[in-house]
Amino acid sequence: MSDEDREVDGKPDQPTPLRGPDEGVPPHPEGKRPSVAADITALATGLKTTLGEFFSPAVTLEYPEDKSPRSERYRGRHYLRRYENGLERCIGCELCAAACPVGCILVIAAENTDENRVSPGERYAKTYEINMLRCIFCGYCEDACPVQAIVLGPEYELSDTSREKFIYTKEKLLEPLPPDVQARLDSKGPK
Amino acid sequence: MADTFTQTLPEGVEARELGSEWMELNMGPQHPSTHGVLRIKLKLDGEVVRDSDMDIGYLHTGFEKSFEDKTYAQGIPFSDRMDYLAPPINNVGFTMAVEKLLDLEVPPRAQAIRVIMMELARIGSHLIWLGTGSLDLGAVSTFLYCWREREQILDLNEAYSGVRMMTSFTRVGGVAWDLPPGWLEQLQRFVDLFPSRVDDYEALLTNNPIWKQRTVGLGTISAAEAIEWGVTGPVLRGSGVDYDVRKAFPYCGYEQYDFNVPLGRAGDTYARYLCRVQEMRESIKILDQAIRTLPDGPWITDNRKVALPPRDELPQSMEAVIHHFRLVSEGFKPPAGDVYAFVESPRGELGFYMVSDGSNKPYRVKVRPPSFCNLQALSKMIEGRLMADVVAIIGSIDIILGDVDR
Repeated sequence: MSDEDREVDGKPDQPTPLRGPDEGVPPHPEGKRPSVAADITALATGLKTTLGEFFSPAVTLEYPEDKSPRSERYRGRHYLRRYENGLERCIGCELCAAACPVGCILVIAAENTDENRVSPGERYAKTYEINMLRCIFCGYCEDACPVQAIVLGPEYELSDTSREKFIYTKEKLLEPLPPDVQARLDSKGPK
Repeated sequence: MADTFTQTLPEGVEARELGSEWMELNMGPQHPSTHGVLRIKLKLDGEVVRDSDMDIGYLHTGFEKSFEDKTYAQGIPFSDRMDYLAPPINNVGFTMAVEKLLDLEVPPRAQAIRVIMMELARIGSHLIWLGTGSLDLGAVSTFLYCWREREQILDLNEAYSGVRMMTSFTRVGGVAWDLPPGWLEQLQRFVDLFPSRVDDYEALLTNNPIWKQRTVGLGTISAAEAIEWGVTGPVLRGSGVDYDVRKAFPYCGYEQYDFNVPLGRAGDTYARYLCRVQEMRESIKILDQAIRTLPDGPWITDNRKVALPPRDELPQSMEAVIHHFRLVSEGFKPPAGDVYAFVESPRGELGFYMVSDGSNKPYRVKVRPPSFCNLQALSKMIEGRLMADVVAIIGSIDIILGDVDR
C-alpha cells in the first residue's frame, strides 16, 4: 500500500492562515460554501441512521430494577471463606496484607488452642479488617492467599452512610457467599 | 425628541476612537469540554484568542512517586489509573519496562492476549473521544451510539479480567489469567458487528456540513511544528508524519499483524478525526487476525523467581510455597540499571523510564505521557482562532488529565 492510499484526507497541506488583530470573523474554512445538494444528502444520511436506531430495541436497562449480570471473575466485595466443617480458612499469614498495593488490609494473628480452635492450622486471624474506602479491587489479596480464604465476590453496590461502616470487620467478611459463587468455588480447590 | 439620544461632547473635548483591550478569561477547571480538570487562561480580543496559558496539576496524584514505594508487581494496579480510558495499554507499558529490566521472555500466548486487550482499549478510548468530542460540538446521537459500543468492550474486559475499566491484567512475565471459555466467541461477535457501527458514525459525521464547518481547517499544526513540539499519536499522524510505535518499534509481536497506519495531510481537527476513525477500523483488523492466530501454550512465564507458581502446585510442592511466600511478601530484585519501554497508546507514545538500584522496588519511574506532550501544542493550535473553536480543538487532541498530571 502506497503512502497516498493511506491518507485519510485528500486535501493539500494548506493550513488556514492565522488571523491578525484587525481581521473580523473568519471566512468559511474551506473558502467556499459546499454545495447545498451535497449538504442535504449528508444530513439525510445521518437522519436515516438515527431514524433506524429509533425503531431498534433499546439497549439501556432500568437500573436499579434491572441489573446486568456480573461475570464469574468479577472483583467486587471481599469474603472470607470457611471449610465445610465450619472452621475458618484464614491462617493469619498476612500475605494478603503484604500483597495489597494500597495497604488496606489489617491482620492480627493469634494461636489456635485445643479449647478454642478457629482454623485448621496453628494460627488464625484474630482481627481481620479491610478498609473498603482504600481498596482498589485489584484482587492481589486473592492471588496471594495460599489457602484461598479471601475471595472477591460479585457485589458492587457498596455505598454506605458513614466512614466507619466501610471498615469491614471479620464478622462482616465471614458472611456467607452468594450461593452461586459458593457452588463455583466448591467445584475447585479443597473443601 | 431626536436630540435626547444624541450626546454632545463637552466644550474642549475631541472625539477619538475607542480602544480595545484583551480580556483574560478562565476556561475550566470545571468546564465540561476540557475533558477533565484543565484550566486554560485565555487572552481574548473580542472573540479571538490571542494568547493562552495552560494550568495543569489539578488531578496530580503522585503516581510516579508511588511507584518508588511499591514492589514492581504492586505498581501494575497504579499504572491503570494514569490514563484511565486505556488502562490495559498502561499495564502493558509498565510491565514491559520491568520485563526489560529483567531481560525476561514473555510467552507468545501472553503477547497475543496483550495485543487483543490493547486493541480493545484503543477502540474504547477512541469511542470515548469520538463521543465526547462530537458532544462538545452538539452531536448527541454519536455520543450515545459510541457509549453503546464501548459497553461491549467493557463487558469483554469484565469477562476476562473481572473489572470493567481498571483491568490490571498483566503480570511481570505474562498475563494474570488465561482467556475464559467463550470469550473469543464474544470478541468475534464484537469484531463482526463493529465495522458497521463505524459506518454509522461516519454517516452521521464525516460529510455532515455542520461537523465539517466546525472542524475543517481548525487547530492546524504542520508536520514540522508537530515534530518540534514533541506531539505523537493521531495528532502527529493527522499532520502526515508516519510515526506509530507499533510499526516503528514493534513490541508484543505487532510485526506479525497486517495493519496500516492512517495518515492525514492537513493537520487540522478534521484530519485527526478521520485518522482516529480509520484507526478503529485498523484495530478491528488486528483483532480479527489475533483471534485466528492466537497461539496455545502458557500465558505466563514459568520463571518461578518472577511469576507466582500455579495454584494447584501449592498443596503439593514445598518449593512452590516458598516461592509463593517470597514473591508475595518481598517481590523480585531486578539487576541495577535503567530502561525505557514505550508503547503506542491511543493518544501517542506512552513511555516508562525505569531505574533499578537492585532492590525490590524501582528507584525511579518516569512516565512520558502522550497527553502531557500533546497538550503543549494546544496554545499554538488555538492562537488566532475563535473562542468557540477552542472546544473543538481541545477535543481533537484527546487529552486525559489523569495522564497529563499523573
